[in-house]
Amino acid sequence: MAELFAQYNYVIVIILMMTGLYTIFASRNLIKKLAGLSVFQTSVFLLYITISKIKGGQPPILLEDKKYGYDEDGYALLDGPISVAAGDASYILPGPGSDVIYSNPLPHVLILTAIVVGVATLAIGLALVVRIREVYHTIEEDEIEAADFIYNLEGTAD
Amino acid sequence: MALLNYFPDWLLVHGPGFLMALPLLMAAVTALLPNKRIGWISTFIVTAILTVTAFGIALYNIEVGTFIYKMGGWAPPHGISLYIDALNAPLVLLVALMAFITVIYALPATIAEIKPNKRAPFYAAFLLCIAGLLGMVVTGDAFNVFVFLEVSSISTYTLVAMGAARDRRALSAAYNYLILGSIGATFFVIGIGFLYMETGTLNMADMARILADLDGGSRVAKVAFGFIIIGLGLKLAMFPLHTWLPGAYAHSPTPVTAFLASTATKAALYLLLRFTFFVFDPSFAYVADVLMFVLVGLGVIGMLFASLTAIFQTDVRRMLAFSSVAQVGYMLLGIGIATTASVAAGYLHILNHAIIKGGLFLALGAMWYRFGITRMEDFRGLGKTMPLTMGAFTISGLSLIGVPFTAGFVSKINLAGAAADAGWWWAVGVIMLTSILALVYIGRLLLIAYFQSPPEVDGAVVKRNEAPLAMLIPIWTLAILSIVIGIESDLIVEASVRAAELLLGAG
Amino acid sequence: MSAPDPKMTESELPHAYAARDPHVLLRVISKFLIPLIAIFGFYVHFHGEYSAGGGFQAGVILAASVILYALIFGLDEAKRAFPPWLIRVGMSLGVLLYGGTGVVSFLKGGEFLNYSVLNENAISGQHYGIIAIELGVLCAVTSVMIAIFYAFGSRQPETSDEDW
Repeated sequence: MAELFAQYNYVIVIILMMTGLYTIFASRNLIKKLAGLSVFQTSVFLLYITISKIKGGQPPILLEDKKYGYDEDGYALLDGPISVAAGDASYILPGPGSDVIYSNPLPHVLILTAIVVGVATLAIGLALVVRIREVYHTIEEDEIEAADFIYNLEGTAD
Repeated sequence: MALLNYFPDWLLVHGPGFLMALPLLMAAVTALLPNKRIGWISTFIVTAILTVTAFGIALYNIEVGTFIYKMGGWAPPHGISLYIDALNAPLVLLVALMAFITVIYALPATIAEIKPNKRAPFYAAFLLCIAGLLGMVVTGDAFNVFVFLEVSSISTYTLVAMGAARDRRALSAAYNYLILGSIGATFFVIGIGFLYMETGTLNMADMARILADLDGGSRVAKVAFGFIIIGLGLKLAMFPLHTWLPGAYAHSPTPVTAFLASTATKAALYLLLRFTFFVFDPSFAYVADVLMFVLVGLGVIGMLFASLTAIFQTDVRRMLAFSSVAQVGYMLLGIGIATTASVAAGYLHILNHAIIKGGLFLALGAMWYRFGITRMEDFRGLGKTMPLTMGAFTISGLSLIGVPFTAGFVSKINLAGAAADAGWWWAVGVIMLTSILALVYIGRLLLIAYFQSPPEVDGAVVKRNEAPLAMLIPIWTLAILSIVIGIESDLIVEASVRAAELLLGAG
Repeated sequence: MSAPDPKMTESELPHAYAARDPHVLLRVISKFLIPLIAIFGFYVHFHGEYSAGGGFQAGVILAASVILYALIFGLDEAKRAFPPWLIRVGMSLGVLLYGGTGVVSFLKGGEFLNYSVLNENAISGQHYGIIAIELGVLCAVTSVMIAIFYAFGSRQPETSDEDW
């Protein structure tokens, strides 16, 4: 039990994930399903953010601070740097051995992308619901299926 | 080969980046174009260029070898790299070629099916879909796969919903696809997150190396594998997760159905291959178990169930959609047996089935274009009223059944042979049985088309009314391609064997 | 909102507006807030180099200012200030700015989106590249958020409020 409290962030992720999935499958209302989908996706954002957090970690931004020092070309001088080659130039990132601990920026960036994807999905989903309501005059799945029952049976277009 | 010399050097250096950048940018331009034919022209030119580029890249892959392109100049594993090897080069060519063929067909089809003010957005979404599919096939970065998966999926939802102009059920089909597709993509991204926890990298080659060092990794890697399989299973319509597929195929605009059927599930299947054999490895016990029990089991159940369901459909597109689910079962069976020969056969079936189903759906779309055909009964006398379209439909249909000298026969005989070599005789039986089921549902259509007389409208028998040339050319291209592969199968079999050897090692 | 009676004296005018318009407080406060929100958006955008921020966040904040304007002054007013065609162009322009940077780096002989080749000095090349990219992101995100709002906002429900 204590373990669960110590890792409460993962517990929250799981609760959100299951809430979202349950809402998607249990509700027959199109908007509620989309809400469930959003909650489900949000749990993933939390999962990614939670793995990138490092206790005492700084935002991963290189400040022009005297502490690091720069060489004549403007490269930051650090202890134990990782150098990353890009084209002809190389860039130095803080790495093991440097005295500053940074939070991992990568999952944040990934999740920024995933949030945008989530917004796009939600927007398209809501737009579809608006169109469905205009055509069927309902957003309840059962009523939509009932309205299409005869078409599905005959396999015709209306 | 001297053929490679005809391609500009620039294309061979920057080809993969160009492949995904061009449709993405042209989608933005196309969205702004006025709603005249100009949207089609830009899409046509883009897909033509893409096909040439993809051909060049595939050639380069055969002649020179693996193609690693560093996006933004950042070297892997830190940067995103595009990675083209024997596994995805044929698929790049397939996606580009099918896009090109569908776009030719789309010129008359969109005029009939899409409202005038929606045509430019239609082509923009189509280009976005192409960009997403090409991107997810060429990229070597696991998270980038998710991004492109969603680019292609989200544009597909809109494309499917555009079918609402002729059938309102397209809206609820698109909605169901959106819900299930998003769940699939989210499962996939959860899996990638766990893999990132385990390995600390997103580059697929790097992941593979670290996982091999860890000898399969801890429980986190196992969980990641489970999530990835389920996520991709939703996207590729693995049997119990296929419920979005029949609706989406049956109600979307006809060019979209053909393009989706021939590329979208295939790209997801490619990802399944990439993850099970390249990132993970069948030598890990849990991967082998999933291959043996989940993929084979669900594949075989899907083959039987979906083929039986297809027989009882009244809507032809729905029938072909269920047949697609059954064909996915063949591919999963080939992948699940996990010998070099069987994976090659599964891969071969991915390529062949794309050509066959593309041809069938395009022909069906042409029939709808002329006579509004959607149901089985409507096929009466089509052999007389649309002989050319029906001829191509027949060839592709026979190929789907697996009649000798067609593409379907090549992949089915390879698959059955591989199953027999591995000692899976019951699987050979299942392949035979489902082929007979395919004969039932395709044969029924052919009987109605050729042996019943055309219907009478207002007292007069319906006259011959062939599809326009812009539709006939793509339909017959695919039908002829399917015969060519059936007769001269060496090249494509060789490509699939190369892909399988890359995944499993020679032997 | 029709204009008040022209015969009113100047001192009566504000009261007349207030009597006709119950939302005057909202209007006054948002007239004060909207420019601030927009400026804060640009601050978040241009300060993204030194702290948390950048095109995505700034785009959403900028779009929020337009959406607030639309909520307070009505959708038609907002569409006069930011016409839908402009939004449509903005969406594409953002993508094209982003991709155009990649095309320029193609033309300069580098890989797609390799900013280092944009200038002789790789570091300032990276600088130029990220500025162009973030401008594209800002443009696209702002336009897309406003477009989504317009798309949902301009749908007229064909049934009366009681039906909901």
